[in-house]
Amino acid sequence: MLVEIQNLNIHFPSPQGMSHAVRGVSMTLGQEKLGIVGESGSGKSISARAILRLLPPQAKVTADTLRFDGIDILSATERQMRAIRGRRAGLILQDPKYSLNPIMTAGAQIAEAWRNQTKGSARAAREAALDLLAQVQIRDPKRVADAYPHELSGGMGQRVMIAMMLAPDPELLIADEPTSALDATVQAEILRLMEDLVSRRGMGLILISHDLPLVSHFCDRVAVMYAGRVVEELGAGELLQAKHPYTRGLLECLPTLSHPKLRLPVMSRDPAWLT
Amino acid sequence: MISVQDLRVKFGPVEAVRGVTFAVGEGSSFGIVGESGSGKSTVLRALSGLNPDWTGRMTIAGTALTPKRSRDFFRRVQMVFQDPYGSLHPRQTVDRALSEPLLVHGIGDIDRRIRQALSEVALPAAARFRYPHQLSGGQRQRVAIARALMSEPEVLLLDEPTSALDVSVQAEVLNLLADLQDRRKLTYVMVSHNLAVIAHLCPMVGVMQAGEMVEMISAEDLRAGKTRHPHTADLRRLSTELEEA
Repeated sequence: MLVEIQNLNIHFPSPQGMSHAVRGVSMTLGQEKLGIVGESGSGKSISARAILRLLPPQAKVTADTLRFDGIDILSATERQMRAIRGRRAGLILQDPKYSLNPIMTAGAQIAEAWRNQTKGSARAAREAALDLLAQVQIRDPKRVADAYPHELSGGMGQRVMIAMMLAPDPELLIADEPTSALDATVQAEILRLMEDLVSRRGMGLILISHDLPLVSHFCDRVAVMYAGRVVEELGAGELLQAKHPYTRGLLECLPTLSHPKLRLPVMSRDPAWLT
Repeated sequence: MISVQDLRVKFGPVEAVRGVTFAVGEGSSFGIVGESGSGKSTVLRALSGLNPDWTGRMTIAGTALTPKRSRDFFRRVQMVFQDPYGSLHPRQTVDRALSEPLLVHGIGDIDRRIRQALSEVALPAAARFRYPHQLSGGQRQRVAIARALMSEPEVLLLDEPTSALDVSVQAEVLNLLADLQDRRKLTYVMVSHNLAVIAHLCPMVGVMQAGEMVEMISAEDLRAGKTRHPHTADLRRLSTELEEA
């Protein structure tokens, strides 16, 4: 197993005492695509970030098991973590505008990520960067390699980000809302690209999103989170058979083109979901 | 109620809106969809008076719009933006945000109107003296809608009003907008990149691409797939593909 999580709990200090943000989450991931879906504050992002130990220092993380490829994350040294982050596990965030270095060309950033893992000359790194840009289906890799992030569109920037994360040939890719800042047409392209690369390289993918239909379209399994818990886990094709009222509510309150409704059903939250 | 004829907007050498024409009847809704950079928000901003640099002919309730608008115009036409956190003053309470339009337009009876506005958008009375950071995203958007309603406008311009919200909250805000329209006979022009959201609220939809309105289609035809322009068909396919997953 690439990632094993058993009974993960995350607390944050707050003026009202400790707030319990993630409550006993368990999941495992092999070479597959797992989607994590939930609303703002459901704990989906911090659960995934705990795997890379990327939470703010005041967060209190406990778990029975939290392993990445057999390495115990909770007791790993900072040096061991650095060997994982950005090398064996990549993280893609929502908006490439903020995650790319604005004063380095796209090519230089990808080359830097590549040299981080593989020793090679500057020329070899440049070649590798161009090759990676071609892999993320950029038509003119030379032009894009020499462009600064502000000269790229959102979709292009996200491709550069993906190329950078793929440079060290990681085993796991965590994508946190990778397409929320993009247009619908570009969104589909980027997700298809990620899906294709992940399957071809035999990587594991964790795709975090608030968009349930979108995620189930691209993942093998979907975990639905609510208030810090995984309330339901579904195979991609079983979306319509979802049993938990929260999952059903998420699906029903979406306006759709094919099934028009006069009024959208509004979710009534049952306090029992919290127990 | 609203008519826009051959609207053109230029930013330097770039023509962002290239001859857009549409009309909206009183109490109806018109939706504009398109990708980033298609010019959909620019149309809305020209209509609202936020962008004085345009050519063409726009009328609201029979009055032709000029680059500079009267105070009465700003009372009758209000706008709601995508990100309520960005459009509410972080150091002003809800009470202050809601009384501002009343003071500007010299409307009295402030206390009663604020209480009424809060109940109309289904916010608890306790929210009145809170700051934006003490509210959830959905509550903030309700405040932004309440603020737009304070001056009793006839037209609401909605720029991606639900894109920053969770789907469950989106449903609540869309229902609220539908109720308000029923109750107050408001006319909406709504911009969004989400075809399903637009088609839910608007009987007529204009599809924009590269500054042009390439197709005008009724929500009914859109659902039935009777699209004429390939771009509309593309957007529709993307939207329905996910629904069937």
